[in-house]
Amino acid sequence: MLNSLWLSHFTAASCLGHGLEATLAALRAQQSGLAPCAFETVTDLATYVGEVAGLDEAPLPASLAEFECRNNRLALLGLRQDGFSAAVGAAAARHGRRRVGVLLGTSTSGILQTEQAYRRRDPVTGALPDDFNYRTTHNTYSVADFVRTAFNLEGPAVVVSTACSSSAKVFASAARMIAAGLIDAAIVGGVDSLCLTTLYGFNSLELLSSEPCRPYDKDRNGLSIGEAAAFILLQRPADSLDADAVLLLGAGESSDAHHMSSPHPEGLGARMAMTAALKAAGLQPADIDYINLHGTATPNNDAAEGRAVATLFGDRVPCSSTKGATGHTLGAAGGLEAVISALALQQGFLPGGVNTRNVDPGIPIQYLTANREGAPRRVLSNSFGFGGTNCSLVLGRAG
Amino acid sequence: MKLSAYLDGIGLIGPGLDNWLAARPILAGATPYEPRPLAVPAPQSLPPAERRRTGLAIKVALAVAQEAIAAGQLDARQLAAVFSSSGADNDNCDAICKTLASEDRSISPTRFHNSVHNAPAGYWGIASGAMTPATVLCAHDGSFGAGLLEALTQVAVEGWGTLLVTYDMPYPEPLHAKRPLPSAFGIALALMPERSAHSLARIEVSLADDAPDALAEPELEALRRAIPCARGLPLLLAVARGEGGRVVLDYLAPLSLAVTIEPENRS
Repeated sequence: MLNSLWLSHFTAASCLGHGLEATLAALRAQQSGLAPCAFETVTDLATYVGEVAGLDEAPLPASLAEFECRNNRLALLGLRQDGFSAAVGAAAARHGRRRVGVLLGTSTSGILQTEQAYRRRDPVTGALPDDFNYRTTHNTYSVADFVRTAFNLEGPAVVVSTACSSSAKVFASAARMIAAGLIDAAIVGGVDSLCLTTLYGFNSLELLSSEPCRPYDKDRNGLSIGEAAAFILLQRPADSLDADAVLLLGAGESSDAHHMSSPHPEGLGARMAMTAALKAAGLQPADIDYINLHGTATPNNDAAEGRAVATLFGDRVPCSSTKGATGHTLGAAGGLEAVISALALQQGFLPGGVNTRNVDPGIPIQYLTANREGAPRRVLSNSFGFGGTNCSLVLGRAG
Repeated sequence: MKLSAYLDGIGLIGPGLDNWLAARPILAGATPYEPRPLAVPAPQSLPPAERRRTGLAIKVALAVAQEAIAAGQLDARQLAAVFSSSGADNDNCDAICKTLASEDRSISPTRFHNSVHNAPAGYWGIASGAMTPATVLCAHDGSFGAGLLEALTQVAVEGWGTLLVTYDMPYPEPLHAKRPLPSAFGIALALMPERSAHSLARIEVSLADDAPDALAEPELEALRRAIPCARGLPLLLAVARGEGGRVVLDYLAPLSLAVTIEPENRS
């Protein structure tokens, strides 16, 4: 990466709450938003989920009704928070509608719409119902199309869908587009919503915990699925920035080339992504003050990631996974955890991981189970996905 | 910044277009196009246990990726990869949705991990051993253009050699009626920052307003219009003819992509 970029505006909605204030309050109080799964018709899975409140009562406005699905409802909820829409409008006015890109991550898009439509197939012909719209809901691009349409933008747009690293990788792609001069600003982040495919899918892999997930606990036994929308407006830094302005200093990407659903056992791909992010930022491991871990709470993920972190950073750097609070929000996790990292930088605290009772003594890193006051200047955020796609981001304060 | 790269290898598979070498005279107009069902080789580069798990989208993606790498005599482990598709393993998606709509919602672990949009990229990593960055994109009907743009920014900004792999496959019914894709199709381009002995052309990409180019051959034009990744065909046609000049490819309305092509003079 050539130049730092400014996270001029950002917001998130997750089971912790709607918007930055609610998210910050929950993190400060070390609350978890996870609750026993009662999502949709899913009553047979003994697991916890991080569900965003209020989506069932929040239909899309008529002008965007063709995009109607849970994923796009969650997207709209996010766009309406923390002055984000106004900031996008100002960026489009300043740079032009073709100069604002939309690069978002999702894993399952609006697949819930298709899952429900399959239950409503015509009993004779097997046809899907007339009201089902593939392009605007199920298709992986739907959420970027929705956001581009909602803001009447005409610039480049794309969805990155690399499972659980999707909305971290969008930062790297957007930074390249800005460096190449294709755009001046980008809406990045991710939106992923609860659906049956992921709930029953992770259940089939025996990766769902029957209790709220416990990242890096010696008795961790799987993940809790969550949902979230996270949006960040990324642009070149203003001439003068406040000290607490947050910058993207570097991004690093790698692949495991190992297995579809298990991480490289030594965490080699994870280490390569972290190393690449540090290199892109021009920093050394000693420059990092906090690591927001991928930390899914599956036995394999945390062991592999922990090994990679220990190899690069030893036990010097405080680390935690915030998935005990938010659940694993899959394609939105990279964006959500970038927002949490930005809050840590601005507010001067390190979020302790919740639900973790006994930190795994076999993983020699400095895992935080309580919030710590501090003044982190640079943080690293990890996101690793199925299929072995890894991405690490380095964020830092302007001053 | 100029978004340019050297095109060092092409992979192609489509109905009546078995691979780039076989398709080149057809696209150049020297041999007539004869439509016939797609024939996809099994991915020999995968271990047998993994090979058994691959559906059509993965086979198509790996076939064109392998062809482009071989044509450019490149080492896949040195290249970044950009995968782009309007869908994924669409048979697998249908099977999962059917199971989830049934009394017994137990889906198989293999079906689930093959359901992710990045499954072909994951299998490519396993097959090639590449630990380099790999991204996986979707822009519905603009997926070829989105992939080309990402690949060119990787080459131009990062200085990487990047393998672009675009692919699509049909949905079975009942999704086919809602998203009618007539055939599987795949195009891969090996895009390099420096000229080599294998460079076929230098290409430069920019955002444009022009309407995308159509193909003169009606049946190829029908494929271009119906299959998102086939929207890269005008570029391949120009390369097949050894022609320089400018082609316009579909992207996301109102934007298209203009590609200027300078053939590398090789015998």
